[in-house]
Amino acid sequence: MAEDAPIKEKAPPISLAPKLSPTEWGVKAFFLLCAVSALGSMFLIMVFLFMEAGGLFFMSEEGPGVSLTEFFLSLDWYPTYPDPSYGSLALVLGSLSVTMVSIVLATPFGIGLAIYLSSVAGPKVREWLKPAVELLASIPSVILGFVGMVAVAPFMQNVLDLPTGLNVLNASIFLAIMATPTIASLGDDALSAVSQTVKDGSYALGATRWETISRVMLPASLSGLSTAVILGLGRALGETIVVLMVAGGSAQVPHSLFDSVRPLTSTLAAEMGETAIGSPHYHALFALGALLFVLTLGFNLLAFHLARRWGRSSS
Amino acid sequence: MLEARKGHTHLDRYRREGIVLFFIRLTAVLALAIMASILLYLLVNGIPALSISFLTEFPRDSMMAGGVLPAIVGTVVLALGALLTAIPLGFGAAIYLAEYAKPGYLVSFIRLGVSNLAGVPSVVFGLFGLSLFVTTFGFGRSILSGSLTLGLLILPTVTAAAEEALRQTPQSFREAALALGASRFQAIRQVVLPAALPGMLTGSILALGRAAGETAPIMFTASAAFTLAMPDSVFREVMALSTHIYNLATNSTHIEETRPQQFGSALVLLVLVLGLSMFAIIIRAKLRRGRKW
Repeated sequence: MAEDAPIKEKAPPISLAPKLSPTEWGVKAFFLLCAVSALGSMFLIMVFLFMEAGGLFFMSEEGPGVSLTEFFLSLDWYPTYPDPSYGSLALVLGSLSVTMVSIVLATPFGIGLAIYLSSVAGPKVREWLKPAVELLASIPSVILGFVGMVAVAPFMQNVLDLPTGLNVLNASIFLAIMATPTIASLGDDALSAVSQTVKDGSYALGATRWETISRVMLPASLSGLSTAVILGLGRALGETIVVLMVAGGSAQVPHSLFDSVRPLTSTLAAEMGETAIGSPHYHALFALGALLFVLTLGFNLLAFHLARRWGRSSS
Repeated sequence: MLEARKGHTHLDRYRREGIVLFFIRLTAVLALAIMASILLYLLVNGIPALSISFLTEFPRDSMMAGGVLPAIVGTVVLALGALLTAIPLGFGAAIYLAEYAKPGYLVSFIRLGVSNLAGVPSVVFGLFGLSLFVTTFGFGRSILSGSLTLGLLILPTVTAAAEEALRQTPQSFREAALALGASRFQAIRQVVLPAALPGMLTGSILALGRAAGETAPIMFTASAAFTLAMPDSVFREVMALSTHIYNLATNSTHIEETRPQQFGSALVLLVLVLGLSMFAIIIRAKLRRGRKW
């Protein structure tokens, strides 16, 4: 008798928490405040970048503001000339060139490593290799840049008989070394999340290990793998010191892998120290910073979106 | 006949298998080889530059002689300052996300903030620090500005590691504490936190290593090319190993003559950063193995 009525109804979720006292409420509010701090910093970063960047485009006592067309479409970045020009296009192309080449190098390498970690290596090897990949990721960028400058650049210059070893290819190699651990470890997470029953099903149908990887695991984890590559891309795009030391630094449109370029990040790092605070050049550098921020934010939002879709589909 | 025409003989399938797996194994070998060659190169060139005086003296003769003591001190101070900034905020955020938050818009918004902050380029943190801490707040180029900037940079790492550690504490711990009449915060403070704290701190050590290795965020917020004395307040600028390497290798008047100093500094920084990371990784593995739940 007792069974028929209320029990069948969905029980309200049991709340473990007693009603919050004022102290408890205060504590919770404090933790919430901490949690919002990251969001707040993002917001502040945005406000300050755009505020300082805005100074470039408005009229001031220094002269008329720079037009948006000039900033986005001009190839001429001559901020210190008597008649300065602040075109960002060559710098953006510089950034994109090293980022794209590095991702072409890092994607097969990183995904291969992810496949190795998740499905080929034995547990013993994996236990050692995973921390090793993590250590590779923790090598400071200034050290990679230094090695690129002192070891790889002269080697490249001599062997390939180039005017300079500081070029797109050299910078891309070191950016790829930085992006690979990101791709590998996130890719490993994505591949490892493919359920064992699905893999067992594939083996039961007579598939080999590679057939299982390529036709079952890779498609199943595709959005996780794309997230990994996009985050690697974002990391390469935002990396500063490596390109500052290794990419050569001339603000030109690259025509080959062996041209020297000046990406956005290295322009910022190289010029910010020598600029008077509040000058048009200072505002122009913040405008570049804002542009860089928007580009990387775009990649991150894309990765976040893909990761969430992936999380939903696999659960 | 039929099999051969389709190109699906067993031999083909297994040969392809062998070739592909060979290349996949090669990526692992290549990763280790790249890391080993970087380490070896720096060891071979850096060790001759190292000496007791290199670690305990100030630079002399336009950086061509002497040591890098002030840069080592500066790097350590900045990294610790960053941790001091990031730990209260990051641990607080992690406690909120793991212990209080219910899924909803607010939480996904907070997570969006954390993950996007992690993707902001380090040089942009430098610009932000310059604009907010150095200029607007008037802290100048100083340990304080640099630490705050680096602290925000590592905040997402600290938060994520702390949340992970909190989530691995079993639900039964909380239930037991609450059943004994503890309030929510008492349960967190006296039961959950003691269990999770080793894991939370381990993640922070990894972040400490990251902060010590960064260059771009401190270039215009904290670092000086040369200082005559040790910093005596948080409003002083300091030398740092990362910016020291960069300055000597690119900006100095004696680039070739200071090569040994550059290699020496690079090796010291590498040992410091990899040492911290390795320490954290080993502790983490020990914690995982030793966990009783």
